Amino acid sequence: MKQEMSDPVMAFDGNELWTIHYRVFRYKRSSGKPHYDKFNVEIAPHETVLDGLEKIWAFQDRSLTFRHACHHASCGSCGIRVNGVEKLPCIVPIREVTRDGGTVLCEPLRNFPLVSDLVVDLGQFYRRLEEAHFQIIRSSEPIERDEHESSNVHTRFENCIECGLCVSACPVSGTDGLYFGPAALAASWRMIQEPRGVDPLSVRSNADQEHGCWRCHVAFECSEVCPSNVDPAAAIMALRQDLLKRKLLRLFQRGDHDRA
Amino acid sequence: MAEKAVQSHHVVVIGAGSTGVAVAHDLALRGFAVTVVERGAIASGTTGRNHCLLHSGARYCMSDPVSAQECAQENDVLRSIMPHAMELNGGLFVALTEEHRAYKSRFQEACQTCGIDAPWLTPEQVLALEPHVHPDNLGAFHVPDGVFDPLRFCLSFLATARRNGADVFPFTRVDELIQRGSAVEGVKVSDLHTNRVRRIEADLVVNAAGPWAGEISAMAGLMLPMDPTPGVMVSMRGRYCQRVINRLGMPSDGDIVVPQRETSILGTTSWSVPRADTIPIPEEHVALLLERGRALIPALAESEPQGIFTVARPLIHEMVKDTRQVSRGFECFDHAAEGVQGLVTIVGGKTSTSRAMAETTADLVCSKLGIQAPCRTRETRLESYRAFYYT
Ligand SMILES: Cc1cc2nc3c(=O)[nH]c(=O)nc-3n(C[C@H](O)[C@H](O)[C@H](O)COP(=O)(O)OP(=O)(O)OC[C@H]3O[C@@H](n4cnc5c(N)ncnc54)[C@H](O)[C@@H]3O)c2cc1C
Ligand code: SF4
Ligand code: FES
Repeated sequence: MKQEMSDPVMAFDGNELWTIHYRVFRYKRSSGKPHYDKFNVEIAPHETVLDGLEKIWAFQDRSLTFRHACHHASCGSCGIRVNGVEKLPCIVPIREVTRDGGTVLCEPLRNFPLVSDLVVDLGQFYRRLEEAHFQIIRSSEPIERDEHESSNVHTRFENCIECGLCVSACPVSGTDGLYFGPAALAASWRMIQEPRGVDPLSVRSNADQEHGCWRCHVAFECSEVCPSNVDPAAAIMALRQDLLKRKLLRLFQRGDHDRA
Repeated sequence: MAEKAVQSHHVVVIGAGSTGVAVAHDLALRGFAVTVVERGAIASGTTGRNHCLLHSGARYCMSDPVSAQECAQENDVLRSIMPHAMELNGGLFVALTEEHRAYKSRFQEACQTCGIDAPWLTPEQVLALEPHVHPDNLGAFHVPDGVFDPLRFCLSFLATARRNGADVFPFTRVDELIQRGSAVEGVKVSDLHTNRVRRIEADLVVNAAGPWAGEISAMAGLMLPMDPTPGVMVSMRGRYCQRVINRLGMPSDGDIVVPQRETSILGTTSWSVPRADTIPIPEEHVALLLERGRALIPALAESEPQGIFTVARPLIHEMVKDTRQVSRGFECFDHAAEGVQGLVTIVGGKTSTSRAMAETTADLVCSKLGIQAPCRTRETRLESYRAFYYT
């Protein structure tokens, strides 16, 4: 199956071109109410939802604003809602969300201030990641192989690409604007696991607050939409367990030096 | 006194790809008042979609030693000023056949000439480091390649430029150059968040619009024919190597696998297109990349593509490459030579050499405006990219 997937003949559907109706959320600060614009786009089924947005921008409406950079799920900047679900449109082939003659609905992420069209303001989101002391470089797990282990230390980027999809999908982030949100809490847990010079106590006390990890309703929407194997819900659960364990320990061993 | 004079000079930089952001940072650090205008998101042009390779220079050591030396020097600088935006695990140049191995001594000498540290590893040593490289490999050179995140690369420069007073406006498109006579005195832009048009006056405009640089210079009536030369990359799910894996030999199609996070990015190819905006991807390029990638790392056959993408190298058409060139590898034009004051264009080069390109450009800006301010970008550590969003 996988073998077939990587075959370009499978990835490309010949010269077939579909006509897709894009319904795109529009908003410009100066001019009136938010609304939806409709664009007809000729696009091959293997091309992505982002390719379609780029075609709209290139050939139909030069004023359409949307964020994108890497086109392979690495920079985290293109996140939007496609047909109501948080996605990175750069890795969603058209055929995965509609068929020839079908409609693709593109809307900005929720739970962030809207800037224009599909662009939202991520300032607060990044500030929270910074407050969790989240570092982008981690040491990687060794690449698996048959015999001996490599003794070299490697580094690589953290899994979290800081796309904000989880925050958009999170019901708590929707009602509590002060909630740290899944990404920052998952980041806190990563920093506790691999502190890289950061004081884990300060990361813990940052997460152990009213609007921190206790606010989560365990809806698991975050892990559902995360495109990058972070599983923020599991991280939040692990963080809670870790904090609880420490609280209990403290209760039993009063006067102990460990005041985490 | 001199400081004040610098600050009263306003420079507009067009384009927030790796070139424009490095120019903005350099100028802001020298004390200029800087405004960056970018029609789309940061790094939404060529830079965001490139192959993410922090060149050690080894790739060009045989074909273009001048570029190779520049890469080697810049590699050292970038490592020290933005370690937070890079995976620094080195790279291999692997010989798979006798034909590849025949390059061994030539490659070794070329690396030596360019100042690139490149020890030779036996096939056993290669497999000990990188167990997924082809088991029948004939050995490899180890070089200080690295991997960057192009968006974070740009944001780090911009966050630092902002700290030093620069204004950065993404989603702000230049529609016209403001001119008095033939002299450029600013830009007319559309703010795409509001659809409003406004004027930004400037003492000097730097055109860093990549493959679109020709469109900007045409606004001043200048001929700068670009030859957009795209390459395809295929990002495969799963990471099969820690280091960048190159095929030993002259640079050619499908000869490199760049690991990044949990992916392996296969690249690349080269052809010519009339327009750099949306480039259709030829199916046979994807097939070639998959085939050659698997020759280097057979386990890639178990993986599947998660992203297939392409962008155009911002190359100047051969016919205008002439004495106006300030440097090799990239081109920095003072359009005063063609009778247009107040406009400088910087194109070509690589993301890996953007700091050096910026230094050359900022030196030219200084000399045009009669300012004496030394370049300090070599030793200035950059801000966290996140600071760009919340400052
Ligand atoms: C396939 C490929 C792979 C590559 N791989 C690597 C690599 O691995 N490592 C490496 O170091 N280099 C690599 N390069 C080279 C490198 O990507 C480019 O040299 C570099 O990105 C060019 O940056 P730039 O800022 O000049 O252009 P761009 O990144 O294209 O920036 C120009 C910007 O100007 C903006 N613009 C255009 N018109 C206007 C306007 N009217 N108003 C306002 N803004 C405007 C555009 O939106 C764009 O963002 C690669 C290049 C290609 C093509
Ligand atoms: S946790 Fe996942 S969804 Fe949330 S920002 Fe990180 S990568 Fe995106
Ligand atoms: S464009 Fe980078 S994640 Fe989609």
